[in-house]
Amino acid sequence: MAAGLATWLPFARAAAVGWLPLAQQPLPPAPGVKASRGDEVLVVNVSGRRFETWKNTLDRYPDTLLGSSEKEFFYDADSGEYFFDRDPDMFRHVLNFYRTGRLHCPRQECIQAFDEELAFYGLVPELVGDCCLEEYRDRKKENAERLAEDEEAEQTGDGPALPAGSSLRQRLWRAFENPHTSTAALVFYYVTGFFIAVSVIANVVETIPCRGSARRSSREQPCGERFPQAFFCMDTACVLIFTGEYLLRLFAAPSRCRFLRSVMSLIDVVAILPYYIGLLVPKNDDVSGAFVTLRVFRVFRIFKFSRHSQGLRILGYTLKSCASELGFLLFSLTMAIIIFATVMFYAEKGTNKTNFTSIPAAFWYTIVTMTTLGYGDMVPSTIAGKIFGSICSLSGVLVIALPVPVIVSNFSRIYHQNQRADKRRAQQKVRLARIRLAKSGTTNAFLQYKQNGGLEDSGSGEEQALCVRNRSAFEQQHHHLLHCLEKTTCHEFTDELTFSEALGAVSLGGRTSRSTSVSSQPTGPGSLLSSCCPRRAKRRAIRLANSTASVSRGSMQELDMLAGLHRSPAPQSRSSLNAKPHDSLDRNCDSRDFVAAIISIPTPPANTPDESQLSSPGGGGRASSTLRNSSLGTPCLFPETVKISSL
Amino acid sequence: MRGQGRKESLSDSRDLDGSYDQLTDSVEDEFELSTVCHRPEGLEQLQEQTKFTRKELQVLYRGFKNECPSGIVNEENFKQIYSQFFPQGDSSTYATFLFNAFDTNHDGSVSFEDFVAGLSVILRGTVDDRLNWAFNLYDLNKDGCITKEEMLDIMKSIYDMMGKYTYPALREEAPREHVESFFQKMDRNKDGVVTIEEFIESCQKDENIMRSMQLFDNVI
Repeated sequence: MAAGLATWLPFARAAAVGWLPLAQQPLPPAPGVKASRGDEVLVVNVSGRRFETWKNTLDRYPDTLLGSSEKEFFYDADSGEYFFDRDPDMFRHVLNFYRTGRLHCPRQECIQAFDEELAFYGLVPELVGDCCLEEYRDRKKENAERLAEDEEAEQTGDGPALPAGSSLRQRLWRAFENPHTSTAALVFYYVTGFFIAVSVIANVVETIPCRGSARRSSREQPCGERFPQAFFCMDTACVLIFTGEYLLRLFAAPSRCRFLRSVMSLIDVVAILPYYIGLLVPKNDDVSGAFVTLRVFRVFRIFKFSRHSQGLRILGYTLKSCASELGFLLFSLTMAIIIFATVMFYAEKGTNKTNFTSIPAAFWYTIVTMTTLGYGDMVPSTIAGKIFGSICSLSGVLVIALPVPVIVSNFSRIYHQNQRADKRRAQQKVRLARIRLAKSGTTNAFLQYKQNGGLEDSGSGEEQALCVRNRSAFEQQHHHLLHCLEKTTCHEFTDELTFSEALGAVSLGGRTSRSTSVSSQPTGPGSLLSSCCPRRAKRRAIRLANSTASVSRGSMQELDMLAGLHRSPAPQSRSSLNAKPHDSLDRNCDSRDFVAAIISIPTPPANTPDESQLSSPGGGGRASSTLRNSSLGTPCLFPETVKISSL
Repeated sequence: MRGQGRKESLSDSRDLDGSYDQLTDSVEDEFELSTVCHRPEGLEQLQEQTKFTRKELQVLYRGFKNECPSGIVNEENFKQIYSQFFPQGDSSTYATFLFNAFDTNHDGSVSFEDFVAGLSVILRGTVDDRLNWAFNLYDLNKDGCITKEEMLDIMKSIYDMMGKYTYPALREEAPREHVESFFQKMDRNKDGVVTIEEFIESCQKDENIMRSMQLFDNVI
């Protein structure tokens, strides 16, 4: 809404008096008007900084927070002001919007923070004024790109393991794209690089004249003709390797059409085709000339290095992005060449024995002069020719110098972007590790607390009190919450170590596994429901472990079935040893187990992202899995919820 | 307005014809505009001249000053502001007529005094005052009587504000017919023009008009 609309509306309405005498129908009654006529000063307190403004100012934009009744939620009756616990520096810009109708973007603030403030106050980002709009958009785009890069790096990247059940094709493609994921891929990468180098060097060496010791002919032969078999063998080997690589990539590519159209595959094709064409073409003299030219294409193998070198890729990308500047350069150069060649030709026409035999012949002179090469094979002899020649060389410098800075700055920008991306990827791992640590920190604190016997219901007294006293109120409440969750789901939180042990134990199968898995759990003594938990925990262990070990869901369901149907009691559990035996509870759990087992079978196979989610480390992943199993556990839930949770 | 002209010429200069120098011209323009500044008379005087209370005048001036920091509204601004209320149609002609009605001293700009004087008549004046004001609006050449041509212009401008998409669809003859009916009602002596007395008399006899006059009592 434009700035002044609210101010001018009364005026526009008043001006409607001009329609009155013309109206053929009676005009509608005026809308109800609010009683308060006067303008009052409102105080808005943002984190201690008090802003005062007229109420009318805020009412100008009724569809924002401050202009609507939403601000009443923030009204503090004691102090008679509206209190917002937000950034006061940003609020200044928001309030100025009401006053001036233009929303300005602060230059020194993070654009994301600004966006959040706007969202809070109900202002759409489109309200940013023209003066700041371009910068705002640029910064926002830059930020979005950076975040997208981060996400992409996470997804495509090297961090999490391959999802379970990926086909050979996917694994192969992944190995090709990220050579450092596995040693085999790395070996392949270096081998192909080596063969590219060998092939290129062979091409080069082929043409060097080597003095044949056997033959004492005066004519020197290039090495290629002296050792044709050796070179042919080397060429064959390289081409075989390249062909193999190309076919493998073609097989592994997720989208073959796209792969066929990509630049790298075209380079590959161009690199290997000449060999096959050479094989097919019979070796007679007519075609041998063409055959020889085909060999020229072998030099394109050097472009295969761009898979191995990032700098080369950056250069290619820069040239592509500077296409318009390059085009301009080419065009202006062509224009200048034609002009100067014409002039030089006519200037030198008079002299005999001149090199400037035609205008195209003069092109060569012009190019050599404009690029300041000056070979000297063609020089003007007339005075006019010399004058024009000097003008030609001066203008050449200018024309070439103009687009170059643009190309250079483009290259620099892209190069630095790439550097930044690499650095970020390297730091990403550290960052993720730290986040993981923080997440697991809370769980670990809880587990520690449990281990120290904090869950002891019957207060056995002072020893516990000592170790639990050091927790803050927040921690206490948080732990209580986690504890409630455990009780609700009849499952317990555990840490990675015990869990992977449980996994390893389970794969051995049988009762022994159960005992070891259970005994390694840090269950506190005296927890009543923990007797049913071991079995459930084991199933949870199986489920989670299976995903990390990338076993398919089908087998997991089988295991579930087995676990469910195994009705043998678990006397070996430490908890049950300590606790009083609760057969009733066992039985309850059994029935739930049974029902749950049957229900869990028809669930459709999980998608890979689901399992990769599970495999993500930290309390988050575990919590979700426990929640999943929790719905299996509680008897009052309907089967549908089970299915939903398993998905 | 100069500002508009500048915007257009800025876009032209993108053709690199080199004939317009953005830097020097715009600086001069800026300089000239900012030196124009109009201050209204004091509050007391305005209070005497108009029927608004002190507080109302304060509120009005604050809004006015916010929109027009230079203190005056010129025709282009006025048209722009008014057009925002009628996005579907073209309100520029009517806005011109309105502008002329407010610009009582005909100097091409509406100052705060003009603004408030006009509003005072419309919102706080007697029925006769309002009718007088309306007559003044219709009388484009301010000669004391409304001819059919003047009325037709006014009518067309009002219908223009409706825009294209109306129900029922707007016909070409609609303004003319409306003018005819207006004259039939207002022109007592059928001499083809409506004088102020005829106008006021006829309006006072019309109940609809009288009733709708009360619409504007609470606008401010």
